[in-house]
Amino acid sequence: MDLVLPIFYFLAVSAIACGLMVILQKNPVISAMFLILVMLCLAGIYLLLAAEFIAAIQVIVYAGAIMVLFLFVIMLLNLEKDVRALVKSPFQKVAAAILVLMLVAVLVVTLGKNVAVTQEALKTGGIPNTAAIGHLLFGRFLLPFEITSVILLVAIIGVILIGKKKL
Amino acid sequence: MIPTSHCLILAAILFTLGVLGVFVRRNVIVVFMSIELMLNAVNLAFIAFARQHQNLDGQVIVLFVMTVAAAEAAIGLAIILSLYRQKKTLNLDEINLLRG
Repeated sequence: MDLVLPIFYFLAVSAIACGLMVILQKNPVISAMFLILVMLCLAGIYLLLAAEFIAAIQVIVYAGAIMVLFLFVIMLLNLEKDVRALVKSPFQKVAAAILVLMLVAVLVVTLGKNVAVTQEALKTGGIPNTAAIGHLLFGRFLLPFEITSVILLVAIIGVILIGKKKL
Repeated sequence: MIPTSHCLILAAILFTLGVLGVFVRRNVIVVFMSIELMLNAVNLAFIAFARQHQNLDGQVIVLFVMTVAAAEAAIGLAIILSLYRQKKTLNLDEINLLRG
């Protein structure tokens, strides 16, 4: 009795459905809520794919922090309803549909071709997933990790500068 | 177990949904959310490959992608705020300062 596959397909279908709702909803607040649902579904899939730490970070940072930021800005700005949700010219809609269909066809054909199925869980040498990621972060990936902190610092300073009313 | 190709197909579909959102929506915030959707799809592909190749590097890269996404969201939303102060609109078609 293997429940992993049914759970995966359930999460995948609900992620796609919620993703559709993100771009179809008129109200940006509801869009944001559906985006949170997409992220939660993806966190479940990460759990199935043996990425426990990433799943937790996905819920905490993405669904928690980043989406709260989005909601704050929506609350700050969206005084009246968005009058026009979609682009107005029908030509643009048709062109977008054709281009997107071509893109998804190319991606699905190339990605879904012949990738093998791995049977065993991710080998980390007997230590838990989080500890293994920590070892990598402070070992081989130390320089990128430090550069990330610089990126965050730059983002903080930039946001404060841009957000000021007068420079 | 989960076939890697199915994860990749899911990632492809989610990415395409993000592209579609950028194409057809005109609300800046929703376009921004579509970009987040695309970043999430790429993360899923990274995790699927990390599992297939039995290598944790993919998961570490996902961590970096998330950090950059957080920084991008903060700066982008600040830009949207100041744009709204100047133009009083969130419609992308009306934000054409660079067109001259």
